[in-house]
Amino acid sequence: MNSEAMISGPILHLEEPLSFWGGLDPATGVITDIHHPQVGVCVTGKILVMEHGRGSSSSSSVVLELIRNKAGPVAIILLEMDTHIVLGSIAAEELYGLLMPIIVVSRDILESLHTGDIVNIDPTNELVSFS
Amino acid sequence: MSLELTSDDLEMLNGRDGEAVSMAMRIIVRLAETVKAENLIDITGAHIDSCLYHGLSTIDFADRLVQLGAKVKVPTTLNVSSMDLLHPDLYRGDPEESERGRQLADLYEAMGCKATWTCAPYLLEERPYFGEQIVWAESNAIVFANSVLGARTDRYGDLIDICAAITGRTPAAGLHLDENRYASCVYEVEKLPPSLLDRDEIFPLLGAFIGSTTGTQVPVINGLKANQPEHRLRALGAAAASTGSVGIFHAVGSTPEAPTLTAALGEREPLNSISVSVEDLQEMRSKLTSATGTDLGTVALGTPHYSIEEFSILRSLVSGKKKHPNIDFYVSAGRDVLLELELRGWADELRSFGVSLVGDTCTYFSPILSNTLDPAMTDSGKWAYYAPNNLGVEVIYSSTSDCVASAIEGRVILDESIWTHE
Repeated sequence: MNSEAMISGPILHLEEPLSFWGGLDPATGVITDIHHPQVGVCVTGKILVMEHGRGSSSSSSVVLELIRNKAGPVAIILLEMDTHIVLGSIAAEELYGLLMPIIVVSRDILESLHTGDIVNIDPTNELVSFS
Repeated sequence: MSLELTSDDLEMLNGRDGEAVSMAMRIIVRLAETVKAENLIDITGAHIDSCLYHGLSTIDFADRLVQLGAKVKVPTTLNVSSMDLLHPDLYRGDPEESERGRQLADLYEAMGCKATWTCAPYLLEERPYFGEQIVWAESNAIVFANSVLGARTDRYGDLIDICAAITGRTPAAGLHLDENRYASCVYEVEKLPPSLLDRDEIFPLLGAFIGSTTGTQVPVINGLKANQPEHRLRALGAAAASTGSVGIFHAVGSTPEAPTLTAALGEREPLNSISVSVEDLQEMRSKLTSATGTDLGTVALGTPHYSIEEFSILRSLVSGKKKHPNIDFYVSAGRDVLLELELRGWADELRSFGVSLVGDTCTYFSPILSNTLDPAMTDSGKWAYYAPNNLGVEVIYSSTSDCVASAIEGRVILDESIWTHE
């Protein structure tokens, strides 16, 4: 089921970890957590970069709903794998055939990704390259 | 090492036990590969959080499983719903959302899950035993099962919980494994005044402090009196799992994997040692209080769901008294505990004070509060942490007795004496 296709999009680098549950509107993709520095920013169509998730046990469902609504990022890049986020992505592929790869990179790579940069992701090999 | 599946796992994956088991197994195997597990293990119980409505996809997921013939393979309980299923009139939200919450509930019950509808499954008759491998979702339940009962569950969330219940299998990873359960961060509380450590309301503050400072390390608390009562340990864990991602903690002399500090550390040197100060706890107290002044509209207790032990404390505080007419006073609990309250005659006593008992759901996310304009007071670190963002309400965290005294007076009353007598 894995797609070989490369994914391309603009980086949105979050300054702080985001809790998907209670922190993001899954209908619009807009960050709603009033304590988050990027409140009001929309994640739709972006390649979302953050160090790690802020795990609420409901995050998987919110990620799934975000993908169903086609309001999600096109991919998420993390420093540490987050099982809550990855499950939303696995379930979306299972239920709707929609892909939103989650990839883990080193801190050096993560810190080189700045909001607005356009990058390509090869989800099969978990590689990130600049356009 | 890559993932090794047994022949039984492979047959489940290939459809021997039907399409639903096959789908659930596909999801578990992909998760196992992601977390680099070497194999899957058997589980003997599950607690499901996926039954809380978060949009149509939550229904699509459960409905697909039901259509494919899913039945749970191990005893499985259900976490809170988006509404009080027994008292739907308490719901103040969109009627369509309420209907979908009901629909989702029916789907999970159709898979054979028990209609427990509580975030405190450890209060039910059959609690997990020491060393039992289980899959529990809901952060406060996870931390309680691991820390206080010594059962073993990783920090599960939605979607995987029901897949594990349907297959009876889960990745051998995280807190299922010995090496990930040992503490590496010591919290010394010896310097705190004993009078402070004798108060229930200190435990959520200690939990909030641990949650916000421990990161991904397993914490152990050293210096508490031995054999702390369960309600304190669980309030501590619930707060720690809210401000941070704590899935297990140890308290020397009180939790089963910490008979001694050395045992809790797995006989290794800690990576970190933190001496907790009164100022640390006071800082948490201010973080969990957003309201200023004495205006009050609501008191909300029961997050996580109140136990009989906690109702007994509340009952002695409200006995023979009445709350102020301007204050709404909610207590959330599981339907089993609510039934027990009726049988004991306590429910009537609580109602005559003016308590509204809420079952099956929780007041920090469900649209139940009738007044969110005036501040709300709570004895729960978890409620205080989440409610301001979820409900847009200002919050005051304090002791259960301060909550009751304030409800009677109709304004915020805080007993500051424990903070001044050192």
